[in-house]
Amino acid sequence: MSEHVVSRKIYFLIFGALMVLTAVTVWIANLDLGRWNAIVALSIAVFKATLVVLYFMHVRYSSKLTWVFVAAGLIWLIILFAFTLSDYFTRGWVPIAAW
Amino acid sequence: MNIEVQEQPPRTHYLNATYGLKSWLLTKDHKRIALLYLASVTFFFALGGLFAVAIRVELLTPQGDMMQAETYNRVFTMHGVAMVFFFLIPAIPATLGNFLVPLMIGAKDLAFPKLNLLSWYIYNVGALLTLIAIVTGGVDTGWTFYTPYSTTYSNGNVLLSGVGIFITGFSSILTGLNFIVTIHTMRAPGLTWFRLPLFIWAHYAASLIMILGTPVVAITILLLAAERIAHVGIFDPALGGDPVLFQHLFWFYSHPAVYIMVLPAMGVISELIANMTRKNIFGYRFVAFSSLAIAVFGFLVWGHHMFVSTQSVYAGLVFSFLSYAVAVPSAVKVFNWTATLYKSSISYNTPMLYGFGFIGFFIIGGMTGLFLAALGVDVHVHDTYFVVAHFHYIMVGGTIMGYLGGLHFWWPKITGRMYPEGWARFAALVIFVGFNLTFFPQFLLGYMGMPRRYYAYPEEFQVLNVMSSAGASILGIGYVIPLIYFAWSMRYGPRASANPWGAFGLEWRTSSPPPPENFKETPIVTWEAYEFRPRHEAEVIDITRH
Amino acid sequence: MAESHSTTYGLAHHFDDIEQQREAGTLGMWAFLITEILFFGGMFMAYILYRAKFGDAFAAASAHLDWKLGAANTAVLIFSSLTMALAVYYSQVGERKKLMLFLVLTMILGATFLVVKGYEYYHKYLDNLIPGFGFQWGGHGDPKHVEMFYFIYFAMTGIHALHMIVGLGIMTVILIMSKRGRFTPEYHSPVEISGLYWHFVDIVWIFLFPLLYLLGAHIHNQ
Repeated sequence: MSEHVVSRKIYFLIFGALMVLTAVTVWIANLDLGRWNAIVALSIAVFKATLVVLYFMHVRYSSKLTWVFVAAGLIWLIILFAFTLSDYFTRGWVPIAAW
Repeated sequence: MNIEVQEQPPRTHYLNATYGLKSWLLTKDHKRIALLYLASVTFFFALGGLFAVAIRVELLTPQGDMMQAETYNRVFTMHGVAMVFFFLIPAIPATLGNFLVPLMIGAKDLAFPKLNLLSWYIYNVGALLTLIAIVTGGVDTGWTFYTPYSTTYSNGNVLLSGVGIFITGFSSILTGLNFIVTIHTMRAPGLTWFRLPLFIWAHYAASLIMILGTPVVAITILLLAAERIAHVGIFDPALGGDPVLFQHLFWFYSHPAVYIMVLPAMGVISELIANMTRKNIFGYRFVAFSSLAIAVFGFLVWGHHMFVSTQSVYAGLVFSFLSYAVAVPSAVKVFNWTATLYKSSISYNTPMLYGFGFIGFFIIGGMTGLFLAALGVDVHVHDTYFVVAHFHYIMVGGTIMGYLGGLHFWWPKITGRMYPEGWARFAALVIFVGFNLTFFPQFLLGYMGMPRRYYAYPEEFQVLNVMSSAGASILGIGYVIPLIYFAWSMRYGPRASANPWGAFGLEWRTSSPPPPENFKETPIVTWEAYEFRPRHEAEVIDITRH
Repeated sequence: MAESHSTTYGLAHHFDDIEQQREAGTLGMWAFLITEILFFGGMFMAYILYRAKFGDAFAAASAHLDWKLGAANTAVLIFSSLTMALAVYYSQVGERKKLMLFLVLTMILGATFLVVKGYEYYHKYLDNLIPGFGFQWGGHGDPKHVEMFYFIYFAMTGIHALHMIVGLGIMTVILIMSKRGRFTPEYHSPVEISGLYWHFVDIVWIFLFPLLYLLGAHIHNQ
C-alpha cells in the first residue's frame, strides 16, 4: 500500500474552513441561545476535529485498520462519559431509603 | 508427528552472544528485556510477599497487638500497591509476553525494540520512587487511594507513591502498544489471525486494555497529586468536588486492569493444555473471541466496585447485569479447556499441574465473583474478607498459577536448561495446599462478617484466621522452592533440546536458547494452530528442521 | 520479497521491508494518540460533571478569561497545523529546504501559542485566580465553584501546554534530522508521525477553546 500524497490545495481549503468555523464559533457564542450554545459550540468543534483527522492526519486516505484505531479511541471515550454520567443522571430513579 | 530429536545445544545464543553489563542494560533484544523484567517483578513479588507475611502474623490474634492500626494500614496498602502495580500487571506480559510474542509469530523482535527497553527503565523509575515512598513511611490509603482521605487527611507518602505508580503506568502502556503493533504488522508469512497461538490472542486483548485503560488512571492520579499539592481540587468536597467521581475514574481502569492480570494467564493455560494433551484447543475461535469479549466487556462493569458508594441504584443494576455478562466469555474458556482435555493424552508434568490448578481455582474465584456481582449480596459482603478471598483466588489461584506454569513450560526455551521435575511437582503441591488453606477460610470469614483492612477482629474468627496464616506460611515455602531450583538449573540443569515437550508453536522450532535474531530463516507457516495431527496424512511436519 | 537490509536506506534490521516499518510506525503513533484521547478524556469527564453541577459559576468564571486571546491562539494553532501538513508534504516529495522552512514556521507558531498562554497565566496570577495559592473571587457565582473552574482550566490547559512543549522538542529533532539530509521520498515517516502528534495537540485545543473560553461570552457583565 503506497502512500497517498495529499495536494497542498486541499490543505489550504481545510485551513480556510477551520478558520471560518472558528470565527463562527466565536460569533455564535456571543448570542444567547441558552442550552443550545453548548451544543452548537461542541458540534462545530467536532466537525473541525473531523476535518483535521481526515485531511491533515490523512485518515481519509489511510488503511481500514487506522480507521478502527481512531474509532476505538472515540468509542472508549464515549463509554467513559456515558457510563459515568449514567450514575449521576439516574440517581433517585429507584426509590431507596438511604440516598 | 515427529518425535523431537536430541541435538546439540547451540554454541552461541542470545544469552552469551554479547557480554558485559552494558550489553544487558542497553540491550534491544526482547528476550533479554524479558529477563530484566523477570528480575524486577520477582523483587516486587518478594516485597509484596513480605508485607503479606506481616498481615498474616498480625491476624493470628484477635487483638491488634503486633503493630499500631496506622502501621497496619500502611502494611496492607503497600502489599496491594506492590502486588497490583509492580507484580501482577507486568508479570506475564513483560516477562513471558516480551520473550514469546516475537518468537510465536516468527518475527525477529517486537516492532519497537528501543521503546521496549525504555518501558523497563520507566518501570524502574516508578518503582524506585514508590520504594522510597515505602521506606520513608509508606502510604495508608489502601491501594485504591480513595478521596478525600488520600487527598486531604492522610499523613502518608501519597504524592510520592502516586507519582511512582503514574510513571510505571507508562511502562504498561508502551508494552501494550508494542504488542498490538507487532501482532498486526509482523506476523510471519502464512500466519493468519486464526492460526495464531491463543497466547497471542490473549496478549493482544490484554494490550488493548493496557492502552485504553491505563491513561485514565494516570490522569486520575495526576489530579489526586495536584490536589495534594494545592489543597483544592476536583475531588475535594469542600469545593463541591465529588469523591465518587474519583472512584469512577479510578475503577474505569482498575477493573479492566484485573483482566490485564488474568488474560495473559489464560493465554498461558491455553498453551499448556494444548501442548500437554497434544490436541487443538476445542473451540479455538470461541476461545480467541472470548479474549476480545473479556477485554471489551471488562470496560463496562466498573460500577460493581461502587454499589455502596452512593452511586445510583439504577446504574448499579445495569453494572450488575453487565458483570454477569462478562463472566460468560470466561466460562466459555473454562468449558473449552475442559472439552480439550476430554479423550486427550494428558501428560501430568508440572506445567500441566499448574494448568489444572488454574482451572480449578479460577472456577471458584469466578463463581464467587458472581456472588459479588449480585447487588443485593454485595451490599452485605462488600469490604469483607469475602471480597479478599474472591480476588486472591483469581490473582493467586489464577494469575500466579498461570505465571508459574508458563515459567516452567518455557524455562527450557528461555534458559536452555531443564528444571528438576520432581522438586517442581512437589513445590506445585505445596503451593496448592498452602493456597487453599490460606484463602478458603477467608470466604467463610467474610461471609460471617469479618471486615477487610482491619487488624483486630472478634474472638470467634480466630480459628479461621489462624488456618489462613498457617496456609500462608506453607504457600510462602512453596514459592521459595522454585526460586531455588530455577537458579540451580541455570548452572546444573540438564541441557534442553529445541523442543523437549514435543510442543507445537514457532518458538519450539528454533534452538533452546534461541539465537539473538530468533530464527535463522523467517519461517513460512502452512499449518493451522495446534495442528498436532496433519490435515493431510501425506504431509509430515518436521519440527526439528530449523 | 524482503529487500536487502544493507541497501535499503532507513530500514531497521527487525523489519522485512520499508513498507512494514512505515505501517508499524504509523499504527504505533495512532495507538499512542488513543492513549492521549483517554488521558485528556479523564479531565473532560470532570469538566462535564462540574459544568453540569455549577453552570452559573462556570459561566461567570469563563467570562473572565480573555476570549480574544483564546481565539487568537486557536487561529495560531490551526495555522501551525497547516504548516505542519505542508512540511509533511514537502518531505513526501523530497524538497528539503521547504520541509525545513515549514518545520520552523510550525515551531514559531507553537512557541507563539505558548507565549500567549504564559501571558494569560501571568495575568491570572496577578488577579489572584490561581487555585490554592491565594485564590480570591469577587464576581458572580460561588467562589468555591469558580475556584473549581480554574482548577480545571489550569489542569487542562497546563497539560495541553506541556504537550506543546514536548511537540516543540520533537520538531527540533525532526528539524535537525532534515538538516542532515536524513529524509527521502522513500523514508520520511518520522516527519509524518510527528505531524500526527502535532495535529492531535491541535485537536485537543479545538475542544478546549469553546469549552473553557466561550461559556460566558454571552454574559457581558465581567
